[in-house]
Amino acid sequence: MKLLTCPLNGPRNISEFTYGGEYHPMPDPNKTDPRQWAEHVFFHDNEAGIVTEWWCHSASSFWFLAERNTITDQVIRTFEASELFNQRVDFAAESGDNS
Amino acid sequence: MPFGLLKYGLSRDYPAKHHFTPATELKKHYDVVIIGAGGHGTAIAYNLAKYHGITNVAVLEKSYLGGGNTARNTAVIRSNYLTEEGVEFYRESVKLYNNLSNEFNYNVMMENRGQLTLAHSDAAIRSFRWRAEVNQHMGVRSELVDRQTIAELVPNLNMSEDSRFPIMAGLWHADGATARHDAVAWGYAKGACERGVELHQLTEVEDIEVTQGRVTAVKTNRGRVECAAVVQAVAGASSVVAKKAGIRLPIHCYPLQAMVTQPYKPILTPHVSSPHVHVYVHQTSRGEFVIGGGSDPYPLYHTRATLDQRESLSAAALELFPFLSQARMLRQWAGTTDMTPDYSPIMGLSPVENYYLDAGWGTWGFKATPICGVTMAELVATKKVPDIIKPFELERFYNYEQINEAGATAASH
Repeated sequence: MKLLTCPLNGPRNISEFTYGGEYHPMPDPNKTDPRQWAEHVFFHDNEAGIVTEWWCHSASSFWFLAERNTITDQVIRTFEASELFNQRVDFAAESGDNS
Repeated sequence: MPFGLLKYGLSRDYPAKHHFTPATELKKHYDVVIIGAGGHGTAIAYNLAKYHGITNVAVLEKSYLGGGNTARNTAVIRSNYLTEEGVEFYRESVKLYNNLSNEFNYNVMMENRGQLTLAHSDAAIRSFRWRAEVNQHMGVRSELVDRQTIAELVPNLNMSEDSRFPIMAGLWHADGATARHDAVAWGYAKGACERGVELHQLTEVEDIEVTQGRVTAVKTNRGRVECAAVVQAVAGASSVVAKKAGIRLPIHCYPLQAMVTQPYKPILTPHVSSPHVHVYVHQTSRGEFVIGGGSDPYPLYHTRATLDQRESLSAAALELFPFLSQARMLRQWAGTTDMTPDYSPIMGLSPVENYYLDAGWGTWGFKATPICGVTMAELVATKKVPDIIKPFELERFYNYEQINEAGATAASH
């Protein structure tokens, strides 16, 4: 049984978790063309090495981040998203655009 | 005859011919450098040499011939896909496979055993009907079959209505087949080397030199090689190699695990797969039962085998074939699959002018080997993208024109 440590629930069987993709800062919606959106949505770094990625503890729907080595399958650390998202994100479109 | 055998056994000069030429020194310049000596890389080299007269070609392999995912796949050949682009592409590949032993004058042990995909729900029957219609329209033998026909095709399949997921119908694909995966790579490598292609094993590409949007050379652990064109055929490491040329790909690598039993007497002819219970089973010509199709739930480059997968694959295989409960497992392994968002490959041009991609081979690489060799060689030789692989270009992701191949894997969807 492989364990993953959830920042909220502690160490749990990895089968309780869902992998949620690589962590990439979202581009600014007001300055992003369709090509850049495609790059953000479909393309991956797919690094052989240490990656930062999203995970969700399915039973509690708690999303968090993990640093994991994709060559050795070792989880280096897990941490709450608030460590990276420490400011409010504003999704509103700039006024006057596309109206 | 016994004396001949004795003489052969005691002979100092091993009388068997080498399949391919041993590695020599790397030249300073090649017209084409192919990265990766699996089925795909050697198939491209073979076609370049035989049909396009391009023989100043080096196939560079970091390990040994056919030792990567060519060795790890479960050797399923079929063309019952769902999209028109996919069906056309794999149909041509199956045609080429049927003639491959003649083409090489070397036995690839092609066996047309047929493939049966099982439906355990109404939704699956609807999707199979759709697939059968698309397949027949495209000239592929594929039909929806009822329980009675399934029992005739595979007499030892568990047809009980009391099982957890009773079998309701099936998609029968008479063109389904299997072949010896190693022999495919060996046959291509042999044919390519006979025509002047150089195969360099234990030669790892460490860096790719790109100047003004063109590749000029590759740096290997055995020295620098200039080249006029480069093809990467390294499924399982596509992102890692492409990155050396400054190219980012829409791929995530997942291990796909399979396992094999001890050899038994032949009792199972077709390849049987069940997307619902997530398993596929076939018996090799040596008698082993190959049980496959379990993807790990998160990306990884490690090819370890896990108890989780052994447990779930065994449970699913036993549901279909209860007699396997007495079978002894010989080994379990994993291969690295390049998963694309739309379950279709990435073939053709790249953002670097003379750098060609043969990537994104997920769980459909082995069956595409011959058509890949033909089309990628044509692309490199003529610099024109053949129509049949045009839909699979990398650019489709930027144009939002993905090929949603829902018939891609035998044991998922």
